[in-house]
Order: sequence, then C-alpha cells, then structure tokens
Amino acid sequence: MTKPIVSRSIKVACAHCGDSCIDEQLISTNQSFCCVGCQTVYHLLQSNGLSQYYDLENTPGVSLKSIQEEKFAYLDEPEIQTQLLNFTDGKTAKITFYIPNIHCISCIWLLENLHQLEKGIFQSTVNFLKKEVYISFHLPAIKLSQIAALLHRIGYPANINLADIDKEDKPIISKDLYYKIGVTGFIFGNIMFMSFPEYLGLDKTQDAFYFQFFAYFNLVLGLPLIFYSGWDYLHAAFLGLKQKTLNIDVPISIGILSLFGRSLFEIISATGPGYMDSLAGLIFFLLVGKWFQQKTYHSISFERDYQSYFPVAANKIEDEIEIPVSLKKLKTDDKIRIRHQELIPADGILLNGEAYIDYSFVTGESAPVRVQKGDLIYAGGRQNGTSIDIKLTKAVIQSYLVQLWNEHTFEHKNKNQHNSKLANKVGKYFTIAILVIAFATLIYWLPIDSTKAINAFSAVLIIACPCAVALSIPFTFGNVLRILGRNQIFLKSSGVIENIQGVTHIVFDKTGTLTERKEKMNFHGFLSSDEAAMVQSLANQSSHPRSQQIQQYFPEKANLEVSQFRETPGKGIEGLICGSLVSIHKSPQGTAISIDGKRNGYFEHLPILRMGLDKVIRKLQKKYTLSLLSGDRNRHESYFKKLFPNNSELHFDASPSTKLQFIKDLQKKGATVMMIGDGLNDAGALQQADVGLVISEDNNNFSPSCDGVLAATIFNQFNSFMEYIQSSRKVIYLSYGFALLYNIVGLSYAVQGNLSPVIAAILMPLSSISIIILGVMGSWLLSKNLKS
Amino acid sequence: MKIILLLIAISLLVALGFLCAFFWAVNDGQFEDDYTPSIRILFDNKKGNKK
Repeated sequence: MTKPIVSRSIKVACAHCGDSCIDEQLISTNQSFCCVGCQTVYHLLQSNGLSQYYDLENTPGVSLKSIQEEKFAYLDEPEIQTQLLNFTDGKTAKITFYIPNIHCISCIWLLENLHQLEKGIFQSTVNFLKKEVYISFHLPAIKLSQIAALLHRIGYPANINLADIDKEDKPIISKDLYYKIGVTGFIFGNIMFMSFPEYLGLDKTQDAFYFQFFAYFNLVLGLPLIFYSGWDYLHAAFLGLKQKTLNIDVPISIGILSLFGRSLFEIISATGPGYMDSLAGLIFFLLVGKWFQQKTYHSISFERDYQSYFPVAANKIEDEIEIPVSLKKLKTDDKIRIRHQELIPADGILLNGEAYIDYSFVTGESAPVRVQKGDLIYAGGRQNGTSIDIKLTKAVIQSYLVQLWNEHTFEHKNKNQHNSKLANKVGKYFTIAILVIAFATLIYWLPIDSTKAINAFSAVLIIACPCAVALSIPFTFGNVLRILGRNQIFLKSSGVIENIQGVTHIVFDKTGTLTERKEKMNFHGFLSSDEAAMVQSLANQSSHPRSQQIQQYFPEKANLEVSQFRETPGKGIEGLICGSLVSIHKSPQGTAISIDGKRNGYFEHLPILRMGLDKVIRKLQKKYTLSLLSGDRNRHESYFKKLFPNNSELHFDASPSTKLQFIKDLQKKGATVMMIGDGLNDAGALQQADVGLVISEDNNNFSPSCDGVLAATIFNQFNSFMEYIQSSRKVIYLSYGFALLYNIVGLSYAVQGNLSPVIAAILMPLSSISIIILGVMGSWLLSKNLKS
Repeated sequence: MKIILLLIAISLLVALGFLCAFFWAVNDGQFEDDYTPSIRILFDNKKGNKK
C-alpha cells in the first residue's frame, strides 16, 4: 500500500519559468521564483531594461534548475576558436550557436537584444526554425567564452559539440532549385504572354511576320528550359537508361524532348507555332512539385553520428592544472577530468574515487554501472556524481564507441530517396504503353499520309507525358509530410512515407521507447514524517543514483545530521540519525528501508509505460508482426510477455550489434522492418531497418540518425498515424486513375493527328493542376480521421 | 503596329528586373528563414538598434 508521506506545498508559479515552486520558493520584489537561477536571470533582465521579455509571453523563461554548470574556457583556445567562428578579421567575429531552448517570441526578443547585456556584442539575429542565433561581436572587447557563459547564465545554453567543428552550412532547400523555379516561372509567363495572339486567332498567312516573330521569340526564350531547368530530368533519364532501368525520368524526358523537337521543327519550317507554352508549363509544375515535396524540419537533424554527442574539448590535467584541450588532440596516457554529467570522450582507466557511469547512451541499460579505481571506463558513458580523473588508454578515434560507429554496419546506407519507387514502377509500364501506342499510330498512318503519321506520332508522345504521374506523389506525400509534422511526427523525406507503407514487421526498443526514460518508485510500507525525514537525510549522503532517487522522492528536504555514515558498495548505506540506525539496502523486491533493525518497507522501481501502449500494441498486431529488443536486463519480462501477442519475439540484454543482427535476419527472411528506438544504442538497428523512427521526449533531445522523429506525447495515437500513412496511397491511385482519363481524352485527339497546340496548352496544365488539387485535398480529408 | 515590338522589349526588361530581384532575394537568404522575420517586425524597437 502506498501512503502519502507528507503533504505537498501549495503550488506557486515561478515568475521566470512558470514551473511550480515545489522544492523552494524564493520571494523578492513581490515575485516568486523556483530557484536561485531563475531569480538571478529575472533581476539581470530587469536591471538592464529588458523587462519586455516578460510582457511578450507569460513566464517565457527556461527553468535553470535542469541546466548543469559548465565551463567554457576551452572556447578561448585559439585553435578551437578558429574552427568554431564563421568569420573573423581580428576585430569583428561572427559565430553561430545552436540553442535548443529557443521556443517562443520572448526568446527571439531577448536573444536579439543581447547587446544590451554585453557591450562587446554588436548584433545578434535569431533563426527560430533552425533554433540558431548568429552573433557578431567585438573580439578584443569580449571573449567567446564570455558569450557562451552569458547565454548559459540566462538559460539559453548553446549546444557546442564536436560535429560543429569543420561543419559546412548547408541551406535547407538548395538555392539552385529556387533559381530554377524563378527562371522557369519567368519563361513560362512570358511564353504564355507571347502565345496569346495565336490562341486568339493570329493568322499564319496574313500576319506572317508577327506569327514568325512570336514563334522564334518563344523558341529562344525556351532554350533554358532544356539546358537549365529541365536538364536534371534529361540527365537522370540518361543515367537510368545507362543502367538499363526505365525510371520515371525517362517518360518525362521523352515528353520534354518531343515537345521541344516538334516545336523546333514547326517553327523553323514555318508550319506552326510550336508547343513551347506546354513545355514551359510542364517543367514549371514539375519543379514546383519538387519544391513542395521537400518539407524539412530545420531544427531536427536526421544525420547524426557520434560527433554530435561529443563535446569539443576535454579538461586535460597537466601538473595538477586543468587545461582545456581539443578532443582531437587527446592522446593515449593523457589524464583528463570528467565532472558530473559529462560525457567520457575516450576509453580510459579510472584514477581516483569511484564512478557511476551511465551507459544508457551506448547500451540502453538505464541503471548506472559502478566503476572502481583502476577499472576501465568506455567512451560514451556519462559520469554521475563527483568529478573523476581518467587516464586514457585509447585516443578518441580508437575508442570502443567510435569503432562501433565506424563498423561497416554503421556505414551510411544509401537509402536512395531521390525518386519514388512507386513512380518509377508506374513510369516503366507507362513508357512501354506510350511507345506501343505511338508506334501503332505511326504504322497506321504511314501508308495513308506520311506527314500526318509523323504529326500523330509526336503528338502521342507529347500529350502522354506523365506529368500527372510525376506530380501526384510529390504533392500528395508532400502534404502528408506537413500534416504529420503538425501532429509531431517529423519524417526526413517523402520517400520515408513510401517505405512505411511497405512495412510488415515493427521492432520496438524498450527503455525510452515503450517506457519513459525515468523510472517510477512506489513505496510499500509505512513511514512517519519523522522517519521520512531520516531516510531522506541518509539518502542525501550518497551519490549513488538509487540514493539520489530516494532523496528526490521526498518533497520535504529535512537534511538532518548523519553520523557514522557507512556505504557498502553493492549492498546499501547506513547511518546514525537522531539516535536511530537507519539503513537503505538492496533487497529482492527493490530498495528496502530499515530503522533500528526493523524493516519499514521497500521502494519498488517500476518502468513508466507510455500512455496508451496496450492499445497501440493491440491495434498494430492486427497488421504487423511485432518484436521487442531491450538493452536492459529482463527485469520486467513477464509484463511485456503479456503485453505482446504470442507470435512476437522478445529479446532482452541485447547489445547494439545484436539488435542490428536481429534486423538483418528479419530482412533476410523477407520482412520489411520498421525499428522504433530512442538512443545511440539503437543507432545501428535504426540505420539497418527499412524505416528507423526515433521517439523523443522533447524536441531538444539528441536523436541518432534516423528516418523520422516522433514526439513521445503522440505515441498513444501511433496506430492511427500508421493507418493514415497507409491510406494516403489510395489518394495516389485515385490520381493515377484521373491521369488515365486525361490521357485517354488527349490520346484520342493525338492518334487522329488532330492535336493543336491550344488543346495541348489547355489539357496539360489542367491535368497537372487537378492532380495537384486532388493530392492535397485527398490527403487533407483523410487526415480528418486522425483527431478522433 | 511595329510599336508592339518595342513594347514587348520593354515588358521583357521589366520582367527581367523582377527575375533579378528574385535572384537577389534567394541569394540574400530570404527563403531560408520564413518565420522569424514575421515575429521580429512586431517588436517595439525603442532604441533603434536594428539595421
């Protein structure tokens, strides 16, 4: 039975961050604060005339409780600095910081007014979507470390990691595509303009001069369509043919070339106005489709490797002095100091004290590992507790984790997402069908009228251009991508949607995926409030994670005096408080509490399951085979056995490489696998799987490279999202049916040799636009079911 | 009627001007962040610190 031990204090919201002041409540200038950090920031901003920060949004601040102390001295090392700065001429310097905490209007306002806090800062500009701030500052007046420390102090710590060094700044959508759309739009508009006289009945013989003028004008204006805007399609088709495949670019290229060839012939032979208007329209719509498809989530990086987890520098100890040293310069036998919550950058031997290393990043096991002096510590772990010194046995590059990452299996598999698989498949049959019809027309007309035969032949190739097929996927899936994004599922590209549609087997990671990262503690037994204070005070003496958990369990911090404190590694702790011998020790049920030899009860540690987990599993098992892979020891095996259907495989104690192997084996058996995980330990499996999704508890979380990120809060609706993604394929089929109708109409003109440029100029854009509307509307209507 | 040729030339120049403006905008990075400027414009600039 669980009993409330002490009543919680009444909730008061912190004036800075809006959290309720549970642990402590500081009051000054009629405002309440949850911690000293929040109070300091509030007064700092007030005294610098930046109180508008609090007017733009209610309690916009970031709680400073969760922000660890950090040292930034390493930023002033010249070598590191030059690698991080975007630009410097010795006086002015510019730098880009990635700040995950940027979340509201107030954040933008404050970060763009940094110059009011520090004189040396000239200007700062925020990119909200990328969560970046660009700062230009006066190098002699302020150090880089001071800027980093300032950001840290006001609750916006910059995320500086190894991957920032030598990184290229890639624009979100290549500028090239924008240029192409601009040029093509320009050409499209002007050609349409020049074609109007002809649409309205300009006579070829009466106004021969103007007729010729407009035709040549269009032809010249249209040259960049082939050699610039449409070149990618021709090139891709050429490459495809070279590899003996008929991809979707082949029929598009046939369309482009026949449009252009026919126009060239008509204009030079002065027999007609050509089809340059249709050509421009076709390429314009194709490019817009390409742009629409590229919805990207600026603040989420899908391509992370170990470098994104590693800091830029470590504290090397030389003659008892700490010197920040770039990680790349660390060598074997160097001594480094690691503080609480810092990452261990390379394998090494513990030199002093004892460490509790949290390897959950690497192995998925959530309980920290206790390491004693002289033991080996592996890179990728995080120290919990006091600071420790390590003598490196390997350089960063040779460490276990990095080796693991660089193993062949972790190589970036090129999941080719340039072209849609479905479109390529359809494109293949489409090409064959069109060529058959075109040659049939040619053979039919050839004995009757050879000019008409050529006309009809090229007309078939022109009108049957698969613009509808090429447009329906970009617009439909592009819109699905946006709708999912609004619902907190962020996919890397629209190719992922197609991959998800093919999935037959879903593999889950356990810790952090099906359960929350934190464990829940239940107390079974009884403690009076005096006894609770004693247990809390004892637990407070130890840095062991379990003790810390217990200490935090009690809302009231009594912190009584403890004497004769004794810690038995692997067993528990005990001490004398107010004359009673209190002991916290390991027991089969959990962590037991005894006072004066009498057992009061025990703490049970339970995983917190994600909300709606059983529903999601129940629904998913109807369509997919499910599996569970856990890096944890099988602490809660029986529970998960009940949860999962009988045919699913459950594996515990899985290492990163066994997870990877499991996925490989499934794929060998012909399954298309989706892996859902959360940490670095799943990275290999996520890469190997056909679709790798990562669950993230907050968007600032690091996620390993994957195909998509989904917010933990919407996990209970995961099954309906899968259904939605599945059903979006129906929209594509419908669009194809529609395109077929247009083609039948167009072809019926074409095979008779009656296709006039006006009909082509109406029919082609009309089919393109209706396909676009159908795709966007269809995917939107289907998403209406999601909310239920 | 020949005057139409001159008009076409002028209209093309105007259109080219807009194309150049678009190029300039892309080059300037205006399409890279289409969210923050919409917020920034709402701030009261008391001290006129933005260029």
